[in-house]
Amino acid sequence: MTIEIPQAFWLYFTFFALLFLDGIWCMLATRNMVRVLIGIEILMKSVTFFLIVAGFLAGRMALAQALVITVIVIEVVVVVVIAGVILGFFRKRDSLDVSNTREMKG
Amino acid sequence: MIWFTVLLVLLVLAALWASMASALLRATLALALTSALLAVVLFAFGATLAAVLELSVCAGLITVVLVSVTSLTQPRSLKEQAADRKRRLRRFWPLPFVLIAAGVGLSFVKVPVDIVMRLPAGDGDVRTVLWSLRQLDLFGQILILLAGVFGVLVLFRKEAK
Repeated sequence: MTIEIPQAFWLYFTFFALLFLDGIWCMLATRNMVRVLIGIEILMKSVTFFLIVAGFLAGRMALAQALVITVIVIEVVVVVVIAGVILGFFRKRDSLDVSNTREMKG
Repeated sequence: MIWFTVLLVLLVLAALWASMASALLRATLALALTSALLAVVLFAFGATLAAVLELSVCAGLITVVLVSVTSLTQPRSLKEQAADRKRRLRRFWPLPFVLIAAGVGLSFVKVPVDIVMRLPAGDGDVRTVLWSLRQLDLFGQILILLAGVFGVLVLFRKEAK
């Protein structure tokens, strides 16, 4: 099957790009670990949005939804594990600053 | 189409609020709002199952996890908060302007729209796709969940004396 991408694609792509840029900026411009996690979450939202847009435009919504469900499951596990890492780090160092992670032994 | 564009603008504004809010709790709530708005967008696209999962898991469960992390870490002094607010303002003030410039720039991009995607034909119900065609994905999801549980157990285990 061959489909043409309609004009609406660029509207959706613009909003995807804005969300993606916002997430990247949030991750890079902060030193707080929880904010880095929030940046990762925003990035995941942009990817979820774009997967659904791609499925919608290609007429493969069922496949796109299946992939989004997988993304959401991975998202939850990533958030929970990183939250555990943040709490463990805070108990050891009494800080949420990512620059302090350089002192970790590995 | 206009209401849908407004919805997408609100989605980006909520994400912007999540990244720029000075208090972590507000940022977490803004992230929950972003998830809720994304769920509405998914519903508008007809992805009802994904919308329900996004609303219940991302706007619900992840918000609870982030609020728990915020409450389990000790609050900073007022002096530290004021200093951090100034630092954050310095780092984040260009972000809204960058987003507006990027949005305006991308909306004027004249990329040819005759790009074609070649896809295999056919698309069924999401349950059929998930349970019949993407079984390996389900296996992977179960493994990831188990890995997550294992990771949390390792992180929260008590150290041996």
